[in-house]
Amino acid sequence: MGDCFSLRARPCQARVNYTRQDVLTVTPWLAPIVWEGTFNAEILDSAYRPLNLTVGVTAFAIGKYTRFVGRFLESAEKHFMKGYRVNYYIFTDNPETIPTVQLQPGRRLVIVPIKKYPSWQEISMRRMEAINKHIAETSHGEVDYLFCLDIDMVFYNAWGPETLGDIVAALHPGYFNVPRSQFPYERRSSSAAHIPDGEGDFYYGGAVFGGLVKKVYEFTKTCHMTILTDKANGIMAAWQEESHLNRHFLSHKPSKVLSPEYLWDDRKPKPPEIHLIRFSTVDKDYKEIRD
Amino acid sequence: ADVCTFGMLISKVDICAEEICVCLYEFYRSFKDYLHSHIPCRRRDVLVLTPWLAPIVWEGTFSRDILNAQYMQKKLVTGVVTFAVKKYVQFIEGFMSSANKYFLAGHQVIFYLFTDNPEQIPHIQMAPENRLFVIPVQNHSRWQDISMSRMDIISRYIRSQFQYEVHYLYSIDVDVQLFEHIGVEIIDALVGTISSWQYTARRESKSYETRTESQAAIPKGEGDFYYTASFYGGSVAEVYKLTRACFKGVMKDRENGIEARWHDESHLNKYLLYHKPTRLLSPEYYWDAELSRPRIIQVKRMCSVHKNKRRQVIRSIMWAMLSCHVFLPLDFTII
Repeated sequence: MGDCFSLRARPCQARVNYTRQDVLTVTPWLAPIVWEGTFNAEILDSAYRPLNLTVGVTAFAIGKYTRFVGRFLESAEKHFMKGYRVNYYIFTDNPETIPTVQLQPGRRLVIVPIKKYPSWQEISMRRMEAINKHIAETSHGEVDYLFCLDIDMVFYNAWGPETLGDIVAALHPGYFNVPRSQFPYERRSSSAAHIPDGEGDFYYGGAVFGGLVKKVYEFTKTCHMTILTDKANGIMAAWQEESHLNRHFLSHKPSKVLSPEYLWDDRKPKPPEIHLIRFSTVDKDYKEIRD
Repeated sequence: ADVCTFGMLISKVDICAEEICVCLYEFYRSFKDYLHSHIPCRRRDVLVLTPWLAPIVWEGTFSRDILNAQYMQKKLVTGVVTFAVKKYVQFIEGFMSSANKYFLAGHQVIFYLFTDNPEQIPHIQMAPENRLFVIPVQNHSRWQDISMSRMDIISRYIRSQFQYEVHYLYSIDVDVQLFEHIGVEIIDALVGTISSWQYTARRESKSYETRTESQAAIPKGEGDFYYTASFYGGSVAEVYKLTRACFKGVMKDRENGIEARWHDESHLNKYLLYHKPTRLLSPEYYWDAELSRPRIIQVKRMCSVHKNKRRQVIRSIMWAMLSCHVFLPLDFTII
C-alpha cells in the first residue's frame, strides 16, 4: 500500500519522459522501485516540503568505525534530504571521538551512547534492538520518518523525498541482476531467518532500510525477536541481521524499494542499469577494522 | 457519417504506428530478461509508474495472490457508490450481477445504490460477503446536473454514513458491466482511472477545461493524464476531500454562469492534477465500448454498456474533430 495521503503538488512544466524500460520499476505488489529517471524530483519536493517533516537517520559507529562519521555527515549535509529537517542519531561506544561537523540549519546531531559487544557480528545483530529501544524512548516523538544506514558509507548524489514511504528497503548491489537461486538467503531450516528454495522476491541490503518511525519500530522489534530465537537455538544466520531483514520483508513486503543507486558498493564496476550512485561504501580493510 | 469514419481512421493510424514501436522495442529489449527473471510478465510497452512514483495498474504488473495475502488480516470493507436515475435503472441488473461476481470477489463490499425509482429495482442476488443499500435520491431534468450532483451527494453521505461503514469508497458509473476480476490492486489512498480516450487521441486534444473563468480550468500545456469520472475512489477521507472540492468548483461555476466542458469530469481532472493520485488504474479498468481496443489493452475488466446510439455517434464526431483541432461550439445541450 502506498503512502496514506495524497500529494498536493504544483504542476510541473517540464515535459521530460520519466520512464525506465531496462529495469523493473514496480514490484508485483505494486510498490515502486526507485531508479534515476523514474521520478520528477521537483513534483515530489513541492509535495513533501510543505508537510514540515523531520527525517531521522540512525548509524552505528562502534570501535574503529568512528573514523567514518566525519565523511558520512559531511556528505549527508551535501546530499541527504536537502532542505528538510534532519536528526542524525549516531550510536557509539566512544562519544569523545565523534568529530564536530558543521550542520545546515534545521539539522542536528544526537550522540547515543551504547555499549560495545565483543564481536563485530554481535554488534551488527544488536542494532535492531538498539534502534527499537531508541525509537520507543526518544525518536518516535522527534521524527516522522527514520532511515537506518551503515556508517562506513558516503553520499555522492541526491537522496530526497522520493525515498519516503511506509516501509522502505533497498536492493543489495551484489544481487539485483542475478537469478533468485543465487540470493544468499539463510537456507538452514533451523534458523528463524530461513527462506526455502523457490521463494523470495529480492535480496535486500542490511545497510539501508527505513520508513515511518512507527513501522520501523515494528519491524526492528520483529527482527530482534527472530535474532534472539536463533541465539537461543545456538545458530547465527549467514549474513546476520541482513538475513533476518530479508526473511521479514518476504512476509511483510516493503511499500517502496530503493534501487542499488541508494546502496552501492564502490568495489563493483558500474553496470549500465546504474545511472547514478547516490550512497556507497567507503573502501576499507575489513580485517583491520573489525576486531 | 463521413466524419465518423475519418475519426476512426485517425485512431487506427495512431494504433498502427504504436504497434510498430512496440514490436521494435520488444525485440530490442528481449535480451534484458535476466534481470529479476523470477518475476513474470513485466510490461515494457506501457508506463507503469508516474513521475511522482504512483504505480499505474496494468495486467502483468501485479500478482493478485500476493496482494490478497497482504489484505488477509485487515478485514477490508469497501464501498461502491453508483447512481441509477431515470432511464439508468435499466442498467442496475447487469451492473450488480457482474459486480457481485467480479468486484473485489471474496472481500466485503457494500453497494450504495442511489436511485429516484426504488420500486423499479429488481431483486439482486448478492454474494454472501456483500450488502446492498438502496438510497432514494432526487432527479434533475438535465443529465449534466444529475452527473454533477453526484459529487455533493457522495460527500454528504460519507460524512453522515459511509465513514462509519467502509474503509475505502469507489464511485462507479452504473451503465457498465464487469468481465474480469477487479481486485485489491485498486485499493489505495487516492485512485484515478486513466480515460480510455487517453490512448486513442493525440495529447493536445485531451479535453481539459481551458477557459480560465471556470474553476476546473487547467492551463495549456499542463496536466499529467486525463482521468475518467466513471471510476475513481480511495480512502473515505481522500474521497471526501475530492468530492467536496469538486462540488465547490461546480457551485462556483454555476454562480459565474459557466459549465465546465466535461462537467464533473473536468473538476475531477483539475483536482487530481493538484492532488496526485497515489495509484492509477489503466484503461483496462474502465473501457469505453465505443472505442476499438489498442494492443496495449490486454484485458477489458469493466466496460461501458452501449446506451444511446445517437449520443455515441455524436461523441465519436466530437473526438474526431478535436483530433483535427476543429473549433466546436461548447454548448452540447442537444445531447
